[in-house]
Amino acid sequence: MSYEIFKINEELKEFMPQEIVDLEEKATWGNPKRGVMDLPYAKELVEEHSLCAGCPESAAFRYILASLPNPEETIIVNSTGCTSLVFPHIALHTVHSLFGNQNAIASGIKRTLEWRFPDKVKDVVVLAGDGATVDIGLDCTLQSFFRQEKITTICFDNEVYANTGGQESGMTVKGQVFKMAPKGKQFDKVPMWQLAIDSGCHYVVRMTVSSPKKVEKVIKQAIYVAREVGPTYIHLYTPCILEIGLNADQGLWEMRQTDKERFKFFEYMTDEAKEVIKRKKEEGLI
Amino acid sequence: MQETQQVQYNRAGQRVVSPDYLLFEAPREKQFMTGSEVVKEAVKRASVDASVSYPITPQSEAAHLIGELWVEGYVGVYFRGESEFGVMSEVAGCAMAGGRTITTTSGPGTLRAMENFPMWAGSRLPLQLVLMARGVNSPLTIQPDNLEISFLLDTGCMVWHAENAQELFEMILAGFVVAEQPDVHVPVITAIDGFFISHTREAVMLPPDDIALPPYDPYKAPMPPIDMEMAPGRFLRDPYVMKSNYISYASHTSWQFEVRSAIERSRPYAKHYLRGLIEEFGNPEAEVVLIASGTAGAQAKEAAIILSEDEGVPTRVIRLKTIRPFPGEEILQALRNAKYVFVPEFNVIGWLEREVRRVLYGKTDVPIVGSPRVAGGMTMPPEVIVKEVLKTLGKEAKHVI
Repeated sequence: MSYEIFKINEELKEFMPQEIVDLEEKATWGNPKRGVMDLPYAKELVEEHSLCAGCPESAAFRYILASLPNPEETIIVNSTGCTSLVFPHIALHTVHSLFGNQNAIASGIKRTLEWRFPDKVKDVVVLAGDGATVDIGLDCTLQSFFRQEKITTICFDNEVYANTGGQESGMTVKGQVFKMAPKGKQFDKVPMWQLAIDSGCHYVVRMTVSSPKKVEKVIKQAIYVAREVGPTYIHLYTPCILEIGLNADQGLWEMRQTDKERFKFFEYMTDEAKEVIKRKKEEGLI
Repeated sequence: MQETQQVQYNRAGQRVVSPDYLLFEAPREKQFMTGSEVVKEAVKRASVDASVSYPITPQSEAAHLIGELWVEGYVGVYFRGESEFGVMSEVAGCAMAGGRTITTTSGPGTLRAMENFPMWAGSRLPLQLVLMARGVNSPLTIQPDNLEISFLLDTGCMVWHAENAQELFEMILAGFVVAEQPDVHVPVITAIDGFFISHTREAVMLPPDDIALPPYDPYKAPMPPIDMEMAPGRFLRDPYVMKSNYISYASHTSWQFEVRSAIERSRPYAKHYLRGLIEEFGNPEAEVVLIASGTAGAQAKEAAIILSEDEGVPTRVIRLKTIRPFPGEEILQALRNAKYVFVPEFNVIGWLEREVRRVLYGKTDVPIVGSPRVAGGMTMPPEVIVKEVLKTLGKEAKHVI
């Protein structure tokens, strides 16, 4: 519909919790130029987060939700893991169904919304951890790319199964000792960004979330390309400070370190994606 | 004053009619077709928004034919998914987004998809799965066998079991109508015995194809569709569903009971649209009763005729149309003066016998014989049932070889 759905009946307003009233009055709706610079002033679309203190994933959530160009028509699909604990706090339609099926659910939602609302643009964005995206859900992830589903997939890579207590994942670096890898991981980190390119994604980025404005730009580009061309994939390093033994104030430091090495900013785009991004830039939307 | 009547059309251009008119009143024409073709005919008249397919014998043809309907403009969304696990998630997405959605599967596909079924029910999606049952055992079999139905009985989905292609047609249409009732709104699995129904050609009576069910209205659902057309209902400071505390446990418990209650609330609707949850066949005073569902019901009727007419053993049949909800009261009523109950089945474990015993426990002294039972592709000629009955009664078979 539009951000009208967040309007509260005047007669009931005095009984509504402040955060719901703020959503109507102070959130940024109907403005595709919204972004991370609104964060200090606008009502955020994530109320609180249930992650550990200082978790970089919580920063990623805030930047992503602040950067959605069309939140009033955006559906978020998530999966099981640390991230799944955050979704009830998000003021948009979100889905959690199973562990690893997020891109399949998103495919069904996107296609049916296109059928039901042929005259509207509804963005479908998948937010899931590395276990959900790359291990248990790899089939559904890649198949949605093969099928050229017009969805944006964002992977929060913390290189570990954090929510279940710190087990090795496919995204753990080789040699790292975690639970279920007591002798250290025996094989390399899965090059998921490369798999996304080979599987047909039109816009692929690998980065940390150390720079909010950079995250905003990438998110907007990915969503605009997904809307018009096909699947897009963003791989974000959001370290699990708990499992690698850092303090609550060291997440940003960790990301800045890896910015220079294995999470050096990497961006890929097809010609069709380039064309969309160029046009959106000309329109002043990126 | 002249009366005006507003005529509505669905997106395929078919005239929208009431479910009662489509199922009970519309003129019908005789056709000769397979169960798979009947699926196409039912979907064509059901204003379906979405379907996702995956190949597995024996349901593939039905899934192909739904694809043809998509090409012809009768179905809005259609594609081939990556596996049954993926497909059952994709159709869940379609239903969450507010589309009337149907899919089909068989045997190992059902098991591959298994994690999705309780999720469908817990998400209150009025999805329809046409299940063309086949063997699931190793070594590989593609033969008829309905063991898989037992795995679905406790998923929170309604489970109906059609006897023939005609009943499958009625059940697919009625399935949407019942599943989408706001006070029901759980998935419906319309099961048939694969090959016996899917691949056998038989006479079916069909209403015209220029009329169809009213389109699904997702805004009558007890859970809002995921389409950002209504305010999201889950913006919570304290998301109880993710906490380990008493409120969380209590809400999970009550939700599970609620899903089962929703199935119970489907009874009056199912009773109306299926013309009863059971069918009684044969001499109502007979002391020998065969309880069966699906094609075993059809074979039981043949056996009851042989027993009554040729062997002098009056026999009747209680054929169940719904397994969830389970028609326990109806069975008890129908058993009146029964002396023997037999439960013939097309699976090795006897899930229907188990269900029958559960509802009759402590309520009747009638012996329940879980036999005959065939599996793995064996057929069950009526003579096998006749023989079993005569053996139990200590009678000599007169006419059966």
